[in-house]
Amino acid sequence: MSFINYSSREINCKLVYYGPGLCGKTTNLQYIYNKTKADAKGKMISLATETERTLFFDFLPLSLGEIRGFRTRFHLYTVPGQVFYDASRKLILKGVDGVCFVADSQMERMEANIESLENLRDNLTEQGYDLDKLPYVVQYNKRDLPSAVPVEELSEALNPTRVPEFDAIATSGEGVFDTLKALAKQVLTELRKGG
Amino acid sequence: MTNLSAQLVMYEEEVRQIQAVADRLQQDSRARAILVVDKNGQLIAASGSASDLDTTSLSSLVAGNVAATGGIAKLIEEDEFHGQFHEGKGISVHMTIVGRRVILVVLFDKSTTHGLVRLRVKKASVELAAVLEEVAKKAESPQVNVFAEITDQDIDNLFND
Repeated sequence: MSFINYSSREINCKLVYYGPGLCGKTTNLQYIYNKTKADAKGKMISLATETERTLFFDFLPLSLGEIRGFRTRFHLYTVPGQVFYDASRKLILKGVDGVCFVADSQMERMEANIESLENLRDNLTEQGYDLDKLPYVVQYNKRDLPSAVPVEELSEALNPTRVPEFDAIATSGEGVFDTLKALAKQVLTELRKGG
Repeated sequence: MTNLSAQLVMYEEEVRQIQAVADRLQQDSRARAILVVDKNGQLIAASGSASDLDTTSLSSLVAGNVAATGGIAKLIEEDEFHGQFHEGKGISVHMTIVGRRVILVVLFDKSTTHGLVRLRVKKASVELAAVLEEVAKKAESPQVNVFAEITDQDIDNLFND
């Protein structure tokens, strides 16, 4: 959960990008990293395999500016999407303040999306969280691909609770910042309620 | 035991005390740098030559490392590995979990020994644990939420490019 430091007057929050393998979680972070001014970001760390698949996590620290005299800092994490890295995924969810579920819009990845979403719910429950009570957004990525399922269908299958949802093409950056902003806003609004 | 999923709030007094423990440990152990990191990867205090380091990345990786080792412990039905040691050619890293909530990280080189570091860490851990107890106690009593006054406008302003 968020860390408020009255001494350095900082609020630190942890956002996690979740989703099936190859859905574009790392690509989201890479785009954010590339488009953020140098003084607002730290180093991006990717613990990846030799074939650049995420092995443990990607990490990107962002600084958003001040709110009531407190510097807001967001720590963005991705999880490894491949099914067999479940133990690692659980670890990364510890202390999460907000979750972005990145869905792969392609028809052939529909089952993987559903499986990953169920896995997210289960892993959060195991850590004592409830996805319905956490700041949470859904992103439909790869909208540019020919086999992309219509958004209405994706939404019905993957977003039954109707949380904010965004179309995206992470490789070109479309929708990436909209998704991040919506999630960060929810996290800050939650903080107002007393976290 | 502290509630790990609870929001961590540190006030100036406790941060000052933690900083003092870190500064003393750095001098007594002749270490290069000391980091006090929350298990979720947030840096609480740093001492020594920490300003030369990317402490944000280090904190995140240290927490990831401790979390992974904790996962191993769970699988072999061990409660927790409270200490870890990474030996390097020039610099080594000693990590200790204190009060189940924070990680005390010591980076040291040849100007000291692992034995001395361990000895000093033991003493510092006890002091740190006492401060963390205070933090936990304070968290239990209701605190004023300084963010209750945040407006939608404040939040929107953050995102004005």
